[in-house]
Amino acid sequence: MVELLQGNEACVKGALAAGCRFYAGYPITPSSEIAEMMAVELPKRGGVFIQMEDEIGSIAAVIGASLAGARAMTATSGPGISLMAENIGFAIMAEIPCVIVDVQRVGPSTGHATKPSQGDVMMARWGTHGDHRVVVLSPSSVSDMFWLTFKAFRFAEMLRTPVILLSDEIIGHMRTDVELPDEVEEEIPELEDVPSFHPFGGGKRYHVTGLVHDETGFPTNDGEIIEKQLKRLIRKIERHRDKITIVERLNVEDADVVILAYGCVVRSAIRAMYLAREEGIKCGVVDVKTLWPFPYEVVESEFKLIVPEMNSGLIADDLRKVRNDVISITKMNGEIIYPHEILEIIRRVSN
Amino acid sequence: MRIRDYFRRLPHIWCPGCGNGTIINAMLRAIDEVGLKKDEIVAVSGIGCFGRATGYLDFYTLHTTHGRALAFATGIKLMKPEMKVFVLMGDGDAAAIGGNHLIHAARRDIDLIAIVANNSIYGMTGGQVSPTTPEMAKTTTTPEGCKERPFDLCELVLAAGGSYVARWTTYHVRQLQNSIKEALEHPGFSFIEVFSQCPVQFGRRNKKDHIQMLREFKEKSSLEGGGDKIKIGVFRR
Ligand SMILES: Cc1ncc(C[n+]2csc(CCOP(=O)(O)OP(=O)(O)O)c2C)c(N)n1
Repeated sequence: MVELLQGNEACVKGALAAGCRFYAGYPITPSSEIAEMMAVELPKRGGVFIQMEDEIGSIAAVIGASLAGARAMTATSGPGISLMAENIGFAIMAEIPCVIVDVQRVGPSTGHATKPSQGDVMMARWGTHGDHRVVVLSPSSVSDMFWLTFKAFRFAEMLRTPVILLSDEIIGHMRTDVELPDEVEEEIPELEDVPSFHPFGGGKRYHVTGLVHDETGFPTNDGEIIEKQLKRLIRKIERHRDKITIVERLNVEDADVVILAYGCVVRSAIRAMYLAREEGIKCGVVDVKTLWPFPYEVVESEFKLIVPEMNSGLIADDLRKVRNDVISITKMNGEIIYPHEILEIIRRVSN
Repeated sequence: MRIRDYFRRLPHIWCPGCGNGTIINAMLRAIDEVGLKKDEIVAVSGIGCFGRATGYLDFYTLHTTHGRALAFATGIKLMKPEMKVFVLMGDGDAAAIGGNHLIHAARRDIDLIAIVANNSIYGMTGGQVSPTTPEMAKTTTTPEGCKERPFDLCELVLAAGGSYVARWTTYHVRQLQNSIKEALEHPGFSFIEVFSQCPVQFGRRNKKDHIQMLREFKEKSSLEGGGDKIKIGVFRR
């Protein structure tokens, strides 16, 4: 079935297709359509919508609902993620699956409300305190808003960890045709290193805490157990990277120049790539949809690498860990990076 | 059932003379008298000395972040309306960092049973001032005595719309137990504040031991309140 949908609406459809039955949130542009549509759709399905008093309460209620057995999510923008930071760490430590959507706008603080930006890529990665890993997905189309939200629920449950869907104002508010599936598969694999999940009320009484705990769920002061537990939380995500890495490659096989992009910038990158090909430049695009853990292997090749981003070059900087010749294009004025701006750089590096 | 059968893990971390055990004891006796099964109960707590209670109890238990217990509990209750959900908080937990959640849980009148162990100090972090510290009381962050007014949490919850509101002290164990029983049968937000003694962090700095503090709870509390009396009783049901 093909529908004309806004990105934020497609996100809701993806969540519902994944079986989401609980939403708690606090209004903030450019994410509010997600809450508004959830308020209409969830009650029709026996689900629950609640507008909480703030984002701290929203993520807390989401974790509580998840613990009570519901697939649960919240959506916000950067300022809300700042408030959620502590409890995102709680969900990581207590291994409670949930989905958190960040429709990015310009920050810090209230920033340039409510223009698009990709300034939260590092907050999504590092936003909560303490050493940890987190799964972050980055949609580059309205269709991705459906599918990556759907997958976010699957990954969250598979790994028993919060998953962040890192969208942006452009993808969130864009309208396009989307091909929606009639049916989606239900199977979620059970993984080594991921303990099985028992919702409250299911007959197995146990303790959940944000303190470092042993296998029985109770806090421990034993340094050996603490380190073992923290390492397992990291390892369970690293070990299963192959199951959560989503990358789309376009014309990369013969490419001399590759544009690595994520989120809304991918659209401009693809256009620039086709324009470059018309000029005889062998250009390709890598659309990184699983932003964290970052699939560094995608840049380990001979091609010249251009990374356009609507921030100060945050991912480009990070990529310098694996190659020192990254060409970064940055833009922080609340406007998308246009294809011709990328094309100019493609021309320059291929000369 | 024997009260001890409600515990799954002891010993606890509370200091000798602490009032937390008295409050938990009253809660368990109330549960026992009402005849609830362990499987029907969720206990959610925040961070602080009293927050550690959930780790000892044989229910579905959730030890959350500082101040957020009510918000976590809101999510649980909405998805499991058939379960009884207790929320155990300290005074800093409920009134300072978690104050907004307290106001809104009361306004929503959501069917939770919130119990605040008000020892008028931050116990776990070493005796700093709390929003309920009495004027002129000494704490580690008010070495010259507290210059701010204490919060009347019951008045706050009444104003915000909580539909069962009571205050007792750790001296009034029977009344406390009865209030918890009433709260279990009350369909709406139940708020029970319990004045409790912290001999180590509060008592030591204010020259009182736990026995003196309990005696004060007995002598200085009344149903009428007024003057320097602690007003106790059920204020709304
Ligand atoms: C976000 C955050 N800030 C501060 C703390 C440190 N902290 C732990 S317990 C506590 C206060 C405890 O006092 P109270 O809530 O009155 O409970 P009590 O220990 O007296 O039972 C504080 C400030 C924390 N854990 N988290």
